[in-house]
Amino acid sequence: MSDAKEGQQHPLKIYLWIWLLLFVLSTFSYLVDYFHFHGLLRWSLIITFMLLKAGFIVAIFMHMAWERLALKFAILIPPLCLLILISFMAIEGGYTFLTRGAAFLR
Amino acid sequence: MAHDVQAAALPPLRQVTEDFASDKQAFSVPWGKAMMWIFLLSDTFIFTCFLTSYMNVRISTTKPWPHPSEVFSLNIGGQDIPLILIAIMTFVLITSSGTMALAVNYGYRRNRRYTVLLMVATALLGATFVSMQAFEWTKLILEGVRPWGNPWGAPQFGSAFFMITGFHGLHVSAGVIYLLTVARRVHNGFYEKRGSYETVEIAGLYWHFVDLVWVFIFAFFYLW
Repeated sequence: MSDAKEGQQHPLKIYLWIWLLLFVLSTFSYLVDYFHFHGLLRWSLIITFMLLKAGFIVAIFMHMAWERLALKFAILIPPLCLLILISFMAIEGGYTFLTRGAAFLR
Repeated sequence: MAHDVQAAALPPLRQVTEDFASDKQAFSVPWGKAMMWIFLLSDTFIFTCFLTSYMNVRISTTKPWPHPSEVFSLNIGGQDIPLILIAIMTFVLITSSGTMALAVNYGYRRNRRYTVLLMVATALLGATFVSMQAFEWTKLILEGVRPWGNPWGAPQFGSAFFMITGFHGLHVSAGVIYLLTVARRVHNGFYEKRGSYETVEIAGLYWHFVDLVWVFIFAFFYLW
């Protein structure tokens, strides 16, 4: 262990700040819907707030920021292959949409 | 442990090769924590599969997708407020994540009273979340949403909704039971006797993950 204290001990202040930040970010993402933002602006705002929130939860609340790099790699790299699944399924969805259009809307 | 102190001084990438290649335990965390992380990794794949299939049916349907903003609006004081219940549920879950983070902290400080109180508060907030979800399901079912159809458009809406929120709600319900079980053991001094509060942190990992999944559901299902 790198420090003599048991487990993950950090000042309370960090948690309270992140907590507040999560509230603010959630309010922002709700306001995206409330103010009826549309198109690219809406999607980029939603994704930005989502990734920020997810990042803070994993890094601070789940203590990933203080773990050793071996554990970070073991947990954070495998989900990247899901990006392949997501892009394949997006392409496939578009194809299905086109064939449905060709078959039903003639 | 002398070896770890030595390894900590190495550059980060050398640390990784040291950790994996040396004939020793790869992860310098309690085994329960490593296992919880690996379980959460597998859970990530399950939830991503659900969200990806939702994306796929939403892209491929030729019928218009119902507007979540209107479907999930509530009439309060004669006014339709969009997504208000979902927003409240989001805040309830974030609050519970905060109380859980503090519970882990007080556990390591050996403050049993605060740890128990904060864990019970977390569990209560979780139960509140599930109750609100039950209310939401009841409302939608009464309005005619079924896994095979709904009054507003693409029939896939219902199956995606019930599958994703149902599986998440199941995780929250299981988490409430899990937290109360651990809180009981904190209360009766089980971890004090064992001399380690890592179980509280492991339970915290699970709880934060449930909150994490909700962040993605909120963005992709409710806001998109």
